[in-house]
Amino acid sequence: MNFPENLKYTKDHEWIRMDGDENALIGITDFAQGELGDIVYVDVTTVGKELAEGDLFGTVEAVKTVSDLFMPVSGTVLEVNAALEKEPELINSDPYEKGWMIKIKIANKSDLDHLMDVAAYRDLVS
Amino acid sequence: MKATAFTNFHIALGAKMAEFAGNNMPISYSGINDEHLCVRTNAGVFDVSHMGEFIIKGPHALSLIQRITTNDVSKITSGKAQYNCLTNEEGGIIDDLIVYCIEENKVYMLVVNASNIQKDWDWISAHNTENAEMKNISDATCLLAIQGPNACKILQPLTSIDMINLKYYTFGKGEFAGVDNVLISATGYTGSGGVEIYFENKEDHAEKIWNAIFDAGKSSGIKPIGLGARDTLRLEMGFCLYGNDIDDTTSPLEAGLGWITKLNKETKFTAQGILQQQKEEGIKRKLIGFEMLERGIPRHHYPIVDAGGKEIGYVTSGTQAPSLGKAVGLGYVTIENASLDQEIFISIRNQPVKAKVTKVPFK
Repeated sequence: MNFPENLKYTKDHEWIRMDGDENALIGITDFAQGELGDIVYVDVTTVGKELAEGDLFGTVEAVKTVSDLFMPVSGTVLEVNAALEKEPELINSDPYEKGWMIKIKIANKSDLDHLMDVAAYRDLVS
Repeated sequence: MKATAFTNFHIALGAKMAEFAGNNMPISYSGINDEHLCVRTNAGVFDVSHMGEFIIKGPHALSLIQRITTNDVSKITSGKAQYNCLTNEEGGIIDDLIVYCIEENKVYMLVVNASNIQKDWDWISAHNTENAEMKNISDATCLLAIQGPNACKILQPLTSIDMINLKYYTFGKGEFAGVDNVLISATGYTGSGGVEIYFENKEDHAEKIWNAIFDAGKSSGIKPIGLGARDTLRLEMGFCLYGNDIDDTTSPLEAGLGWITKLNKETKFTAQGILQQQKEEGIKRKLIGFEMLERGIPRHHYPIVDAGGKEIGYVTSGTQAPSLGKAVGLGYVTIENASLDQEIFISIRNQPVKAKVTKVPFK
């Protein structure tokens, strides 16, 4: 399984990466997409909302199961990855790049420090 | 956790494994969509050795089975199989099963759900008042389902039994891939044709048969298939899954299994009176198929509501259907809401999502 070095990870099997100075991208890990299997769509109804760490920002529906998506840090949901509307399978094939789910404006960059680095996340899923 | 004779093959092939009814089973290999479409268009191999098999024999075998099941087993002759169900005293379904008539009036094999082996065995034993000979051969029996439009063509070179012309719900017994005494049955749980093969788990039989099937199917692209795709395949056909769509509290009439409920058969069976009454008075709820008209995937236990938001039933099975490109499900609704094309709503995280009652198999 692939876990890039430059990401921060959560116990809910999500990743977050800074995108510019104030914004960050959020998605699910290679482990999570493997567990969910073929993804059918991502449902995000929180665009424009200011959410706290741990708040539900959406759900991901796979053929067999559904899973909630939580904010790794506090912030405002700016946009959903529009490419997923037509090609939700991007989450399966490329979970860290083309398969990102939402872009947020991060409330406090220092919140990232509380999240897991790649070594800690590897430990969690091994 | 128990292993089947094939568990190590699944692990070696990189399958995603999980416990199912106490057995370490493959859930998926290449992915549910890919496996599903492989069965619909070509051929796939399922290890379903976790299922239970009972042999019931002797002069009282037929009368025992007739007394505890709803279908009329006297109608099947040697070499024929029949879909059937065991009912409890309240008319609920203890299990759904296939009865194989190995030798008319003498030897029958009952194939039951893995999760119900003990429950069924206890129930049948308790009703075996005439002392029919009973044997639980579940642990000693391997079961592979090879399903799909090309399955029989691929396997035919491995046996002298005429698989290609084997009629639905009939079977033959003979040599297969150099293994003796293999029961080859034109049955399955996918709606795509093919066979199920039963053989004794001894010596190197499992390995021999597994390898022979994949060697024979290599050039055609045969694939191993997990329980995940088994579920989506059966659901597209509207086949009931025990524990989801039918259970101890649902009657065969409610579940749309009236066609296997022979209220007029000669031998009285468990809860026949209750089911007769249910038929005369009319059932109050019914298992229906539905498809989603708005985006949403129905899941087991989601409430079904009417346009006014009143709860009218619940979802028993649901999925995104890989061959159909839409979300479908099965569920119980009150009889007033069960007619075709009836608009219903599936409550998905408290949001009503529009659906309509449709025929099964889903199209």
